[in-house]
Amino acid sequence: MQAVFFFVVAAFTVATALLVVTRPNIVHSAVALIFSFCGVAGIYVLLDAEFLGAVQVLIYVGGITILLLFAIMLTTRIATRVDVFNEQMGLSALIAGGITAILVYASLTGIQIAGEAPAPVETTPALGRLLMTTHVLPFELISILLLAAMVGAIILARREKE
Amino acid sequence: MIPVSYYLVLGAVLFGIGMFGVLTRRNAIAILMAVELMLNAVNVNFIAFSRYLPNSTLDGQVFAIFVIAVAAAEAAVGLAIVLGLYRNFHTVNVDEINLMKW
Amino acid sequence: MMEYIWLVPAFPLLGVIINGLFGRTYIRERAHYVAVPAAGLSFIVALLISRQVFAGQTLDVSLYPWVVSGDFEVPFGFLVDPLSTVMMLTVTFVGLLIHIYSIGYMHDDPGYPRFFAYLNLFMFSMLMLILANNYLLMFLGWEGVGLCSYLLIGFWYEKKTATDAGNKAFIVNRVGDAGFLLGLFLIWTTFGTLQYGEVFHQAEGLHGVLTAPAGGGLSVVTWITLALFIGAIGKSAQLPLYVWLPDAMEGPTPVSALIHAATMVTAGIYMVARSSPLYTLAPFSLAVVAWVGALTAIFAATIACVQNDIKRVIAYSTISQLGYMFLGVGVGAFASGIFHLYTHAAFKALLFLGAGAVIHALHHEQDIQRMGGLRPHMRVTAYTFAVGALANAGIFPFAGFWSKDEILFAAFNGGFYVLWFLGLAGAFLTGFYMARLYFLTFEGEYRGDPHHAHDIHDAPPTMGIPLIVLAVCSVVAGFVGIPPEQGPFHQFLAPVLHHGGAAQAAAHGLAVPMAVLSLLVAGAGIGVGYLFYVSVSWRNVPEIWAARLQGLYRVVYHKYYVDELFWAIFGDGFLGLSRFTSQVDEKVVDGAVNGTAAVTLGLSTGSDWGDMNIVDGLVNKIADVIQGGSRRLRLIQTGVVQNYILAIAIGIFLIAGVYIIL
Repeated sequence: MQAVFFFVVAAFTVATALLVVTRPNIVHSAVALIFSFCGVAGIYVLLDAEFLGAVQVLIYVGGITILLLFAIMLTTRIATRVDVFNEQMGLSALIAGGITAILVYASLTGIQIAGEAPAPVETTPALGRLLMTTHVLPFELISILLLAAMVGAIILARREKE
Repeated sequence: MIPVSYYLVLGAVLFGIGMFGVLTRRNAIAILMAVELMLNAVNVNFIAFSRYLPNSTLDGQVFAIFVIAVAAAEAAVGLAIVLGLYRNFHTVNVDEINLMKW
Repeated sequence: MMEYIWLVPAFPLLGVIINGLFGRTYIRERAHYVAVPAAGLSFIVALLISRQVFAGQTLDVSLYPWVVSGDFEVPFGFLVDPLSTVMMLTVTFVGLLIHIYSIGYMHDDPGYPRFFAYLNLFMFSMLMLILANNYLLMFLGWEGVGLCSYLLIGFWYEKKTATDAGNKAFIVNRVGDAGFLLGLFLIWTTFGTLQYGEVFHQAEGLHGVLTAPAGGGLSVVTWITLALFIGAIGKSAQLPLYVWLPDAMEGPTPVSALIHAATMVTAGIYMVARSSPLYTLAPFSLAVVAWVGALTAIFAATIACVQNDIKRVIAYSTISQLGYMFLGVGVGAFASGIFHLYTHAAFKALLFLGAGAVIHALHHEQDIQRMGGLRPHMRVTAYTFAVGALANAGIFPFAGFWSKDEILFAAFNGGFYVLWFLGLAGAFLTGFYMARLYFLTFEGEYRGDPHHAHDIHDAPPTMGIPLIVLAVCSVVAGFVGIPPEQGPFHQFLAPVLHHGGAAQAAAHGLAVPMAVLSLLVAGAGIGVGYLFYVSVSWRNVPEIWAARLQGLYRVVYHKYYVDELFWAIFGDGFLGLSRFTSQVDEKVVDGAVNGTAAVTLGLSTGSDWGDMNIVDGLVNKIADVIQGGSRRLRLIQTGVVQNYILAIAIGIFLIAGVYIIL
C-alpha cells in the first residue's frame, strides 16, 4: 500500500518536475512547479514528517511560486517566442544524466543502514523543542538572514528615485 | 516499510532534472525554479535519512527547515536581482547578459 | 585571566561591527574613538594574559565544536603558549601604535571610518590566525588577513593602480592558499585531526610512517610541509610569489606598516614555526625553506638598491628580511627566526611610519631623488628613521643586529656555508640600501618641488609619538635575546619550538668573531652608501657605475622583469597557447609531412595517392581537431555563467565517476 502510494506520488513529482524544465511557456513551468512541490510534500508526509509537509506547502506553494509568478509577470513577454534552451543542451543533458546515474547507482548500492528504522513518532512537538534548545543559535541566525534578505531584496528591486 | 533507497533515487532524479534546468534554460526565472527543484531533492534525502536512521534525533528535519528558509531568502533576493537585470538590460535571458566577458 | 583570551580578538571585532554599521552615517570623523580603544583594550588584555604565560602557564581550550560533519570535527578554540604570546603581543602592540598614527595620517580622508573598520577587522583576523588551536581556524584568520590586505591595498578605490594592486595581491595569494589547503587536506587524511596538539602528539608516534617514502620519493610529512610552505611563500612574499608586495605599497602607509611589514606577511614564518614538529621530520622541506629564504633575501636586496620610490625600497627590504627569517627557520633555528620576526616588526613598522611622515610632509611625493635635506625640518622623523635604518642594517647594539646575526650564525653553525655566504652578502646590500635611502631622503640638499620647500613640517604628535615609541623599541627589543641563542627570549620559546639538532653543538668560540664579521660587512655597506650619496668627491660615482653596468642596472631596476615574465606566461601565454597549437599543426607538422610527401612523390607516383589521402589526411585531421580544440579553448572565457556551471558539473561528474569506478 505504502509502496503504491510512493510510486504514484514519485511518478507525479518527477513528471511535473520534467514539465518545469522543459515547457517553453514559463507560466506553464511555474504551474507545474506548484504540483511538483505538492508531490514532494506528499513524500514528506509518507516519511512521517507532517510538519515539513505543511511547511513545504505553505512556503513553497504559497510563497515562493507566487513570488515567481509575480516576477514572471513583471519581466517576461510571455507571447514572444524565443529559444527556451541555450546551445549547450546536448552536453548538459549528458552530464546531468550521468550525474543522476551515478547518484542512483550510489543510492542503490552504496547505502547500507545498520539497524531498524525507529517507530514513527509524533515529530512536530519534538521538532519545536529542538529548534528552541539545541538548534536555537542557527534558528536565530536564520531569522537574521531572512531579515537581511528582505531588506536586500527591497533595496535591489526598488527603483532609484531620480 | 519501503527501503530508503527508493527515496534516495527519487531525490537523485529530481536533482538531475533540476541540474539539467539550471544548465540549459535561458530564462533566469526558470533557472531559479530549477534551483528550487534541486533544493527540494536535497530535502527529500535529509528527511528520508532522518526517518530511516536508527537513533535519529530529527536533526535531518531541522536541517530541512533551515534549507527551506534559506531557499526562501534565496528566491527573494534572486528575484529582486532578476527584476534589476530586467530594468537594466530589458531581458532576463542569462546568455545575453555577459558583462563579465573579457 | 587566561580563560578571557577570547576577549583579545573580540574587542577589534566589536570595533568592526560598530564602525562598519554606523561609521559612515553617524560616527564619521570620530571613528578613532571606537577603533583605538578597541585595539588598546585588546593590547591590555593580551598584556595581562602574557603575565601568566611568562609565569609558565599555557592554555589549550576548545570553546565549542565549530564544524562537525561525520568524523570531521573541528572545534573553535584558542591556544595560548609562548609562541602565540610573542606574536599576540607584537601584533597588538604594533597594531595599537599604528591605530594611533593613523589618526594623524588619515585625518582628512573621506573614508576615515571605513579605514578604521578595515584596520580593526585586520586585527581580529590576525589574532584569530595566531591564537587558533587548529589549522582550520588558522586558515580562517589566514583568509581574513588576505581579505583585509585586499581591501586596504585598494582602499583608495578611485585609483586604478590601487585596485589593480589589490587584485594582484589577492590573486597571487590565492596560488599560495591553494597550497595551504592541500596541506590541510593532507594533514587531515594523515592524522585525522587538525588540532595542533593532537597532530604534533601523533607526529611523534607515527615517526616511521610519516618519514617513509610516499609519493615521488618524498615522505608524507615532506609533502605536507612543502604544501604548507607554498602557502607561506604566497603570504610572506617569497620567491617566486613576492610580486604582489611591492605593488601593495599603493595602499595607505599605515597599512603598509601594519600589514605589509610588521604582521600579516610574517604569518608564513609563524605558520612554519608553529608546525616545527612537522618540519623537523622533513629535512628536505627545511632545506627548501632555507634556500628559498636565502635566495629571496639577496634577490630582493639587490632590487632595493636601485629603486627610487621610498616605500618600494622599504617593501623590497621587507621581502629581503622575510627571506632572512625563512633562512633562520630553514636551518632549524626556529627561535631565531621568530626573534627576527619580532625585532623586524618594530624597526620595519618604524621605517614605514617614518616614510609615511615624509610623504605626508611633502604632499605625497614618494621619489627619493626629489627629496633630500629634510633633517633640519623634521628632526623627530629623521632621527627615528635613522634608528630604524641602523636596526634594519644590523648595527650593534640595535635590535636587528642581535636577531640577524643569530640567523647567520645558525646557518654557519649548521654547516650551510653557501646559505651563510648569501646571507652575509645580503647584509652588505642591506647596509648599502638603507644608507642610500636615509642619505638621499634626509641629507644633502632639497631637490624637490621648491613650492613645498617652505611648508615642510614635522610629524604631528599623533604620528610622532608612535615613531618615538617604535624607535625606543628598535633599540631595546634585541636585548631580550642576549646572549645569542641563550637569551630570555629563547628560553621562553624553548618549550614550543623544536630546535634543529645541528645548531645545538654551538662552537661558541666563533660567536664573537662571526658577529664582528657581519657587523663589519654591514658597516661596509653603510660606508659605501655614505661615499656614494654624501661625500662630495664621490658624487658622480653612482651614475658612472650605473652607466658602466648599464645592462645589469636596467635588469635590476626593472625588478629582473619578473612581473613581465609572469604576464607573458599566464596572461599572453593562455592566448598564445591556443594560437600556438594551431600554428604548430599548420606549419610544422603539416609542413614536415608535406615535405615528406613531396619527396615520396618524386620517388614513386604510385604511393602518391596513399600519402595524399592516408598520411596527409590523418595529419590534416589532427590539425583540424587541434585547431577546433584551440578555437574552443579560447571560448572558455565566455562570460556566460551557465557554461561555467557546466564546467563545474563536468568536473563533479568525472570525479564522482572515478570514485565510483575505483
